[in-house]
Amino acid sequence: MRRNLRLLAVAWLLNVKQLTRSSFDGMLAILWPIFFATVAFFMFRAGGDPKALVYAALGAAVMGIWTATSVSAGSALQRERWFGTLELLVAAPAHFSLVLLPLAFATSAIGIYCMATTLLWGRFVFGIDLQLEHPLLMAAAIPATILSIGALGFLMAVSFARYRTAWALGSMTEYPIWLICGFLVPLALLPSWVRPISWALAPTWGMRAIRESSTGGTPLPDIGMCFLLGSLYVAIGVVVTENVLRAARRSASLSLT
Amino acid sequence: MTVSLRIFFIGGLTAYRGLINWLSPWIFFPTLVIAPIFQILLFVYIGRNAGVQSDEFYVIGNAVQYASIPCLFAMTQAISGERSQQTLTYILVTPAGRLPLFLGRALPVIANAMLVAAFSLLVSGLILGIEVPVSAWPAIGLVIFVATFSCTGLGLICAGIGLRVRETAVLNNVIFGLLLIFTGANLRIAELPGWMQAISYRVPLTHGIEAARRVANGASLGDVSHLLVSEAAIGVVYTVLGYQLLLFMERESRKRASLQVA
Repeated sequence: MRRNLRLLAVAWLLNVKQLTRSSFDGMLAILWPIFFATVAFFMFRAGGDPKALVYAALGAAVMGIWTATSVSAGSALQRERWFGTLELLVAAPAHFSLVLLPLAFATSAIGIYCMATTLLWGRFVFGIDLQLEHPLLMAAAIPATILSIGALGFLMAVSFARYRTAWALGSMTEYPIWLICGFLVPLALLPSWVRPISWALAPTWGMRAIRESSTGGTPLPDIGMCFLLGSLYVAIGVVVTENVLRAARRSASLSLT
Repeated sequence: MTVSLRIFFIGGLTAYRGLINWLSPWIFFPTLVIAPIFQILLFVYIGRNAGVQSDEFYVIGNAVQYASIPCLFAMTQAISGERSQQTLTYILVTPAGRLPLFLGRALPVIANAMLVAAFSLLVSGLILGIEVPVSAWPAIGLVIFVATFSCTGLGLICAGIGLRVRETAVLNNVIFGLLLIFTGANLRIAELPGWMQAISYRVPLTHGIEAARRVANGASLGDVSHLLVSEAAIGVVYTVLGYQLLLFMERESRKRASLQVA
């Protein structure tokens, strides 16, 4: 148990260091949501409702967490293939999930930078003044959101294991998640058949938890949903990992060459 | 002359097919078919939430703006991709004219970008129930052609930079993000601060997007001719700049032996 926790911590730190030194996964992940946030701020400002600007600022901040996760986590296995380390990691005595999970959490942790820069951008460029009604609950809501989004990234990473162009699939999920998880659009505006899909996605609850913490509501149930769905994603991801690795060993197709 | 035409058309197409791995359906479909439709839906719903413009405004704006993805990425890859394939030195050592060699690669890029813009406009229009009159489509096609030509000029500049810089994916994404803000795909240009408006009118796609919106609303080609001329003129300026940059990078790389450095 202690050895596994140490592996998770060391691998997480190693991956965070690697990602922060990559201009694509680090710098671009921070800049990318700012472009969309800027457009959204202009649009909501044109609408003339100051509350909508606060709504947009929080949504745009959380968009960054998903941006940081979607492409990087989606293509995590392909990246290991390029490095030539995938076979070594799979053959290691530690369960492969314990190697991949910290990688996914590291990608979503990069989202903290995105979140901070987007909020600062909104504050200093657009004068959006965020009020924190429940600072302590916000302090719980942000890690819960990051962890649950990381867990979703883990599930994506193992699900895309057999695709050489997993980055494109990861990238494809960026706009849909921004849209249906209610980052900049209330779920009530979306068609009713979309809502069950939104509820099954942890970013929806993370977004709600952060908004409720900021504007004064009851974020605890939303934080609980983040942990519940996050745990579910990890459990499914472990099972998928087992199946994917078994199939890859059987057909000698891990390297996809 | 025949050789130059062969290099322009056949060489351009061959290089495009060989270097653009985005033509694989596993990349083409998610990035150039699905993603633009969701970008359009995202901004349509943000627009509905903000209560500022009509759905049609965002559909046309984003469909034309998304053409910048193939314009920037494919154009950059079509030239600087030679370096990663270790073939750049062989290309540049040939006596082939540089004009057909470099610009021939832009033609398939423009065709690809036109396809992406037209498809996203058509499909998202159908999803959202936006009626663009059938009679307006030829004019919209021409507007899209001029806009994609103009943006491919910007892509040519990125290709020149790509001969010296490693992180072309980051560069292209940043330019795409800037175009999203400055081209007026989701905002009236008049709502931007003055200094941003000045930039907006000097970047590709701004006039094209405005022209496409007007044509979809019933304007004739004659009514938007000034916008098309401006867009084409911007395209020519960027193309000339891009071509000169490529020649400069080639000269510099010979002088400093830096062709394969980055």
